[in-house]
Amino acid sequence: MASQEQSRPQRREGDPDAAPPDAPVGGAQTQVSNADIDSVLDEIDEVLEVNAEEFVRSFVQKGGQ
Amino acid sequence: MGVRRVMGVETEYGIAAPGDPSANPMWLSGQVVTAYARAKGLLTGRGAWDYADEAPLRDARGWELGRAWADPSQLTDVEDPTMANVVLTNGARFYVDHAHPEYSGPEVTTPRAVVTWDRAGDLVMQEAARLLNPDPARPTVALYKNNTDGKGASYGTHENYLMRRETPFQDIVRGLTPFFVARQVFAGAGRVGIGQDSRTAGFQLTQRADFFETEVGLETTLKRPIINTRDEPHSAADLYRRLHVIIGDANQCDVANLLKVGTTSLVLSLIEDRALPGDLTVLNPVSTLHAVSHDPTLRTLITLRDGRKLTALELLWIYHDACAAYLADREGDPTGADEDTQEVMTRWADVLTRLGTDPMSCARELDWVAKLRLLQAYRDRDGLAWTEPRLAALDIQWSDIRPAKSVFAKLRAAGQVTELVTSAEAAAAVTTPPEDTRAWFRGQCLSRYAAHVVSASWDSVIFEVPGQTSLQRIPMLEPLRGTREQVQDVFDRSPDVTTLLRELIRSGD
Repeated sequence: MASQEQSRPQRREGDPDAAPPDAPVGGAQTQVSNADIDSVLDEIDEVLEVNAEEFVRSFVQKGGQ
Repeated sequence: MGVRRVMGVETEYGIAAPGDPSANPMWLSGQVVTAYARAKGLLTGRGAWDYADEAPLRDARGWELGRAWADPSQLTDVEDPTMANVVLTNGARFYVDHAHPEYSGPEVTTPRAVVTWDRAGDLVMQEAARLLNPDPARPTVALYKNNTDGKGASYGTHENYLMRRETPFQDIVRGLTPFFVARQVFAGAGRVGIGQDSRTAGFQLTQRADFFETEVGLETTLKRPIINTRDEPHSAADLYRRLHVIIGDANQCDVANLLKVGTTSLVLSLIEDRALPGDLTVLNPVSTLHAVSHDPTLRTLITLRDGRKLTALELLWIYHDACAAYLADREGDPTGADEDTQEVMTRWADVLTRLGTDPMSCARELDWVAKLRLLQAYRDRDGLAWTEPRLAALDIQWSDIRPAKSVFAKLRAAGQVTELVTSAEAAAAVTTPPEDTRAWFRGQCLSRYAAHVVSASWDSVIFEVPGQTSLQRIPMLEPLRGTREQVQDVFDRSPDVTTLLRELIRSGD
């Protein structure tokens, strides 16, 4: 595949000279912006159980495999 | 070889009765299965699952006609819903396992197909819940694609990989354990709470890690082992082993799901062909497994027996590069010769690279990253500590299979998750079996002759044929026999089950 070289590994984190790797299909496709997250937070507020504490307490499962 | 092999994923879904915490989960799970089966006209009773893994006969064609004697009176309706157990027309098994409804996807041969039929399982559960909740405002049952209640109970998502029987099990243990200690950095589904009962506040990479207490063993419900030794091949036992992997989380992100099974399949090929680089044995793998899961910075060091100290990412790069060298050697290309392998190798390198620079950049691809990013944004906005119940609630609702309640579904609907399988493909896989394994034969038998299928299992279908006193059992001990290419002609020539059995006898000669 022609796109192989660009995704060649960067082996060590924290290498100060290392540039971030090229995103394979452009930044918009690989990153989620903060604005995107904020809009989802508002939606989550609408679906999250009103009494979170009670909801969490009552979520009790039997063990399985 | 690449990533392709016979494999499949089975998931026990969490189940709750909103407003009635005292509801019996076994009974409730039975309701889920029977409601769906009835709506689809599928048998739930009459011993619809063939437990008799008997007569390990095999021939060159893989299936062979056997004539099992059974008194039909012994197979009368089982109305106990906790015994509900059906085979779906897509070749999957849908049943009650312990106190959870379980969807065991059909046998497939590619990671992408694993994702497709796993997504189909979510749709089956969604439909079952819809049937039981005629009034969405007052639901009687809720289902969750997660693996713990955060209070000490865990339930599984198991992967199954067909391997060559000749591979010594000890080689599998040695080669796979370090990989499983590290794999969670891309395969984990994320969890609020640390410790089996969440006694420490915080976030970790996986749902399951804290429930693993030993290195190797047979158990799946207690003292869970990193490597499970269950040996139930559901195929010709002298040729094959079904490796039963119990350490994974249920994934909702397609990319994480693809990588989980794709990279594991590749590593198994390395083990089978003795192409692993040296000894990667981890000292104290169980405690290291926990430590890696508890560290979203991914900096935890894994100590190997030879003294090396590596991060999980560094260990995974060793596996990745060994796979690349193996593929270059065998197939002339370090990413493999087929597009399924190329997809896995390319995405694997991409995800490892980005996890090494900025893990949050993988929020579109990996469950734990997507979940943590959302939780962090929520915490930042409202100034919440990890002890805040709303965060634990968000974690549970992340996996609610009802689209209106699911946090993950909101993310996906907002276009913030990379999808490898379209909704239409997942929907088609609810009723259509994969074409390239025996699941095609099984599923088509249910689609075409359901009224005459007395029971079925992974490696058999049992028919009741009009005018015959004995039941007719078709063994299917070769997972790659019974494909569309091999049996479609027989189906097309068989408008009824009598003709089908006659045709199978003839083509088996």
